[in-house]
Amino acid sequence: MRSLGIILRSIWPPAVVVLILLSLWHLAVVLFSIPEFLLPTPWSVLQKMYEQWPRLIAATGRTATATLVGFGLSAVIGIVSGSILSLVPLARRGVYPLTLLLQMVPLVAIAPMLVIWFGYGLPSVIAAACIVSIFPVIAGTLDGLQSVDAGLSEMFKIHGAGRIRTWWSLGLPWSLPSVFTGLRIAAGLAVIGAIVGEFVGAFGGDRAPLGAIITSALKQNQTSTVFAAVALAAMLGFALFGFVNLVGWLLLGRWHESAR
Amino acid sequence: MTDVQVRLRDVEKVFPGGVKAVAAMDLDLAPGRVTALLGPTGCGKSTLLRLIGGVELPTAGSIEIEPAPRIGFCFQEPRLLPWRNVRRNVALPLELAQASSEVCRREADRRLKMVGLSDAAEFLPAALSGGMRMRAAVARAFIADPNLLLLDEPFAALDEVTRLRLDEEVAALVRERSITVLLVTHSIAEAVFLADEVVVLSPRPARILKRFDIPFGERHAPLRGREEFGRLQSEIYEVLLAGMGDEA
Repeated sequence: MRSLGIILRSIWPPAVVVLILLSLWHLAVVLFSIPEFLLPTPWSVLQKMYEQWPRLIAATGRTATATLVGFGLSAVIGIVSGSILSLVPLARRGVYPLTLLLQMVPLVAIAPMLVIWFGYGLPSVIAAACIVSIFPVIAGTLDGLQSVDAGLSEMFKIHGAGRIRTWWSLGLPWSLPSVFTGLRIAAGLAVIGAIVGEFVGAFGGDRAPLGAIITSALKQNQTSTVFAAVALAAMLGFALFGFVNLVGWLLLGRWHESAR
Repeated sequence: MTDVQVRLRDVEKVFPGGVKAVAAMDLDLAPGRVTALLGPTGCGKSTLLRLIGGVELPTAGSIEIEPAPRIGFCFQEPRLLPWRNVRRNVALPLELAQASSEVCRREADRRLKMVGLSDAAEFLPAALSGGMRMRAAVARAFIADPNLLLLDEPFAALDEVTRLRLDEEVAALVRERSITVLLVTHSIAEAVFLADEVVVLSPRPARILKRFDIPFGERHAPLRGREEFGRLQSEIYEVLLAGMGDEA
């Protein structure tokens, strides 16, 4: 009951802001007589969502699958890579600057290549979601591992712990707050990566995910459908962010300020 | 248990950058007894302790420790892992030595009882007071039955009352066992209360100014009120002051 109260207390301020923004949006469209193909009202977006619910929810499922797999891969590969970079100084100096490329190269530019390498459909979309979301995980893991308290490292050394044991028992738990900061950023990026990947590499028709629905609806001036798909993609991003927060709270809530 | 002998000969430690922390140091730790290193802040006494503990390597000279020691460390900060409860923190050295979880738990509970922390075994360090955290650190230092105990200003960050009480508890613990103890401190009273021998060091680079034999047997609180205790403190203070020269 107490946790329900805490949840309600944290939800109502953004909920009120969203309601105000939606009302202003609705009023602006009505007052300035903006045509629907330019900007539909929130109400017509909701109606469109209701009309196309089976198609949209199936599309959301496909995008969610690509996002979750891509995010999962970036989490695992990112934590492992960050750990290796931390344990091997030479690799850190040689490879870490290159990982910045993952941030610098625009996904839109490499998405067509992903289609060439992985083919149309889920694999190329997963690759896009993973590539765009992996850097914050690597950076968060590396930062966390490099900021381990020197006194605690010394204590492990005194007690004869090897590097792998020290990484497992000290480095990894110590860096979890930093890893979760990276994962929170990666959660939003994974959705963006999946949607952009779907713009280029997804199947259309009955197998269309949200990104493909957005591009086809745009071509047909079905702006309400575009908004409905974008809203569902945003909700997917919120859900993934919430899931990462929940796992972070379960792992860190008892001992770290960041999760309280 | 054979008492551990520690012998330093002509030991020198120069840190990268050229800072000489220890110069031509000859030091023998009395086996099975408590030796206190006393000196001004930054004189190199902690470096000496770290050299003996194997955390640092000497630039020159030799350090002989016989027989092979089981070292217990206690630092100025408790150095507890915030995500582990008190029992698992205390058991860490055994866990790192691949002891079974049953042994870890049993031995940790035994040491927690020894320092009066049995009721706090399941607590996380954040839920403990500063004194309780240091008690947990003391319990951890004792978990592997050390025959060489290195105490690096272990209670310096605590309030006076807690510090005095912990000094008494540690004095009782080391005197129950035959442990060679090296205590690094800048508190004259703590050195005289805990040690059998006080070694006064000069400002950096550390060299020995004078050694004092402490003639007291049992270490209980009333000892601090004895005239001889006060006199020894004054003598040590004079040596420290003279050694600091213009810095004082």
